Amino acid sequence: MKLAYWMYTGPAHIGTLRIASSFKNVHAIMHAPLGDDYFNVMQSMLEREKNFTPVTASIVDRHVLAQGSKDKVINNITRKDKEENPDLVIVTPTCTSSILQEDLANFVTRASYNSKADVLLADVNHYRVNELQAADRTLEQIIKFYIEKESTSSNSNIKKTKKPSVNIIGSFTLGFHNTHDLVELRKIFKELDIEINLVIPEGTHVSQLKNLPQAWFNLVPYRETGLRTAEYLKNKFDMPYVNIPPMGLQQTADCLKAIQNILNSQGLDYNFDSYIQNQTYFMSNASWFARSVDCQNLIGKKAIVFGDATHAASFAKILHYEMGIEVVWAGTYCIHDAEWFKQELSNFCKEIIITDDHNLIASLIAKSEPDAIFGTQMERHIGKRLNIPCGVISSPVHIQNFPLGYKPFFGYEGSNQIADLIYNSFTLGMEDHLLEIFGGHDNFQQDSNFDINSSSVSWNNKAHEELNKIPGFVRNKVKRKTEDFAKNNQINEITLEVMYAAKENNS
Amino acid sequence: MVKTQELNFECETGNYHTFCPISCVSWLYQKIEDSFFLVIGTKTCGYFLQNAMGVMIFAEPRYAMAELEEGDISAQLNDYQELKRLCLDIKKDRNPSVIFWIGTCTTEIIKMDLEGIAPKLENEINVPIVVARANGLDYAFTQGEDTVLAALAQRCPKTQIKPSLKPPLILFGSLPESTANELTLELERQGVEVSGWLPSKNYTELPEIPEGAYVVGVNPFLSRTATTLMRRRKAKLISAPFPIGPDGTRAWIEKICSVYNIIPKNLEERENKIWNNLKKDIEVIKGKSVFFMGDNLLEISLARFLASCGMHVYEVGIPYMDKRYQAAELKLLQEVCEQKQTITPRIVEKPDNYNQLNRIFDLQPDLVITGMAHANPLEARNINTKWSVEFTFAQIHGFTNAAEILKLVTRPLKRKLPEFKLLPQE
Repeated sequence: MKLAYWMYTGPAHIGTLRIASSFKNVHAIMHAPLGDDYFNVMQSMLEREKNFTPVTASIVDRHVLAQGSKDKVINNITRKDKEENPDLVIVTPTCTSSILQEDLANFVTRASYNSKADVLLADVNHYRVNELQAADRTLEQIIKFYIEKESTSSNSNIKKTKKPSVNIIGSFTLGFHNTHDLVELRKIFKELDIEINLVIPEGTHVSQLKNLPQAWFNLVPYRETGLRTAEYLKNKFDMPYVNIPPMGLQQTADCLKAIQNILNSQGLDYNFDSYIQNQTYFMSNASWFARSVDCQNLIGKKAIVFGDATHAASFAKILHYEMGIEVVWAGTYCIHDAEWFKQELSNFCKEIIITDDHNLIASLIAKSEPDAIFGTQMERHIGKRLNIPCGVISSPVHIQNFPLGYKPFFGYEGSNQIADLIYNSFTLGMEDHLLEIFGGHDNFQQDSNFDINSSSVSWNNKAHEELNKIPGFVRNKVKRKTEDFAKNNQINEITLEVMYAAKENNS
Repeated sequence: MVKTQELNFECETGNYHTFCPISCVSWLYQKIEDSFFLVIGTKTCGYFLQNAMGVMIFAEPRYAMAELEEGDISAQLNDYQELKRLCLDIKKDRNPSVIFWIGTCTTEIIKMDLEGIAPKLENEINVPIVVARANGLDYAFTQGEDTVLAALAQRCPKTQIKPSLKPPLILFGSLPESTANELTLELERQGVEVSGWLPSKNYTELPEIPEGAYVVGVNPFLSRTATTLMRRRKAKLISAPFPIGPDGTRAWIEKICSVYNIIPKNLEERENKIWNNLKKDIEVIKGKSVFFMGDNLLEISLARFLASCGMHVYEVGIPYMDKRYQAAELKLLQEVCEQKQTITPRIVEKPDNYNQLNRIFDLQPDLVITGMAHANPLEARNINTKWSVEFTFAQIHGFTNAAEILKLVTRPLKRKLPEFKLLPQE
């Protein structure tokens, strides 16, 4: 047993449901007790979905415990088949059904005899994989099913599209800024004259999946979901894939170069250099912005980064390489992808944290006292408590991270958005200076969080006054450092002199 | 004129959307201030709590998951030792006066003997442990509170009634402090003394329940608690409508007074005054129709109040219908419908959301009271909705809070927006 009240990734069935509900006309049936259909609420609230979420539950209740599901699951599948006419019904186990060990596969087989829809059982184990891994597996499972169905039914010769084309794999429901990222990717491919063959799973019919091999290559923009599918397609059809997330100017360029190489190895003669240059220096403002004098204030600022592997790694790189900000440490909760994460960041990041324990993250943040945090909603709240600003860069997220306006993280517009997010997260340059020079805003209200009586050493009046002049967001840090200095030097009362000595000592 | 009939009860498939009963920890930990709630379950439970409780999760709540891992399921780990380790941690960090163990679907299926382990561990670590099985196999949403209060009822101190005194009155149901105070005052105004509430503000202040005490519920979903109080504590249940809406509040007070042989004073005037204050909002909903999809068991009382306001209630979906515990409320619903000459709603137990949606599309009600899963899709089809969960979190009890209920109900109806065109599906 583990004591916990927050987790970074959800249970496995959520991953399956996110994939299933992203396809068009696919219905998911959960084998679950009453109340486990909370996914529908999230889909309807976070994504503000206009349509009914195509997920129902085959309810596990006392009778099921006593006698087994019997025909209940089968009836629910055939009923949905008639009511909604889906192309595919995907049955997903939950934590409850995992331990009931009912033969769901048998139900699925039996139901498929009587239903027009294809019926699949999601091959995910609640106790072994998390939401993201389950999504990755389910996507692969569906693709595999339809590819193999096709190759047994007809002996089709795969023809590549006339023009170079790409499959984008892994854009799906409830993904962090996924829909905006997708728009940006479409735009880039249009400008590069590369056709988009299929986007999966978002908005695709399963009947289209047989066309997957017609693309010249696959792009897996997020590491968490899609890699297994890309690997499968590579083994099956020798389709190359790119899995560099086009996030930040450098990585976008790397991604496009990788695409260029793949296409050229298939007999083309593409050169994206001028496109990349043009976009980087003229279409995007991020590279100029980073050079501008305003951003000099960011030099020497410290940040920490935490999130899923894709976003945390990309952000750490952007902060370090593109904005000149020191990344004190970076981490991910994608424990299953730890090796890749470490490898990506070990060049410049002193410390790399792999954990899904939010308490550990909270204490590490408190210890390292960064100027800004880039993390999930949890880190935002940790930051609030410690009075450290935070930019949200990764799931898990709340409704405010499903903005209506266009806010991609990918590509050139994405780097503009990211630059804004980073810059706005730090205290603005001039404000920072003025606060330092004039001792804070002209506040009549004293900061109530600040309690001089909590000190272990006493402060004399003048020193106390001086301390109050220090801007709120660094005051506690100064207070603690001064007190540490006093203690180390056996000073019992802090005077102005002690404060300055401490400052000197610390600088 | 519509002819009213007997109430009509139906039962469907139970394929409906509701919250898991473990959600009760979110309001109970706030109500019982010296408690700690430990939900013994899986990631699924944790994910639900984390998302359903939104920002509350960041406020260092006094609840946590004991997340079961594969070793717990296959009994490679010892339940007793595991729970002891976690509860000692909780004791050290939070020092609560009581720890509630909330059993879930998983603890049911693997038959973890929580009721057996608790007394032993309680002795060993010296903190009371109360076990409540609030799982989705057996219960829906607010019934979670029912299982907790039923367990808590056993912990109330036992005393004897002094023969010279009238039997004391204990109210049961968790309400925000201010609402509980209002109801207490309302009764005291009639000369009825409230000797205690289950639950109390602190575990250490649980009310004494002697044999023969009177108990009365404030919420319609507390049937197990009522049963426990009657059978295990030998208390006498006052069966009354619930104090929701001015009509319900008056009937509730009258019934309690009648038990104590008190003739209530100024009650009718008080009720009329409240109705008078509600006039403006009633104008908005009068003659309009409402459909309850059903998910929190408040439905009968709310339907009765809205019928009193002149609404036509097409259907009252409800997860579970205890006709004995809700007898007085059901009777009042029928009386109100007769008096208002409106349709008697069909009461659908364990509804089927899919069928309900078809009925909604046929009936085109002016308002659908429903869960979040259906609200946005219905709004997109130009059907006004009100999120049902808000009724469980808002203060809706007593005379003064009737306005609060109408505020919730009228909000979607006051919002005048142009028709929304949904593109035809391809």
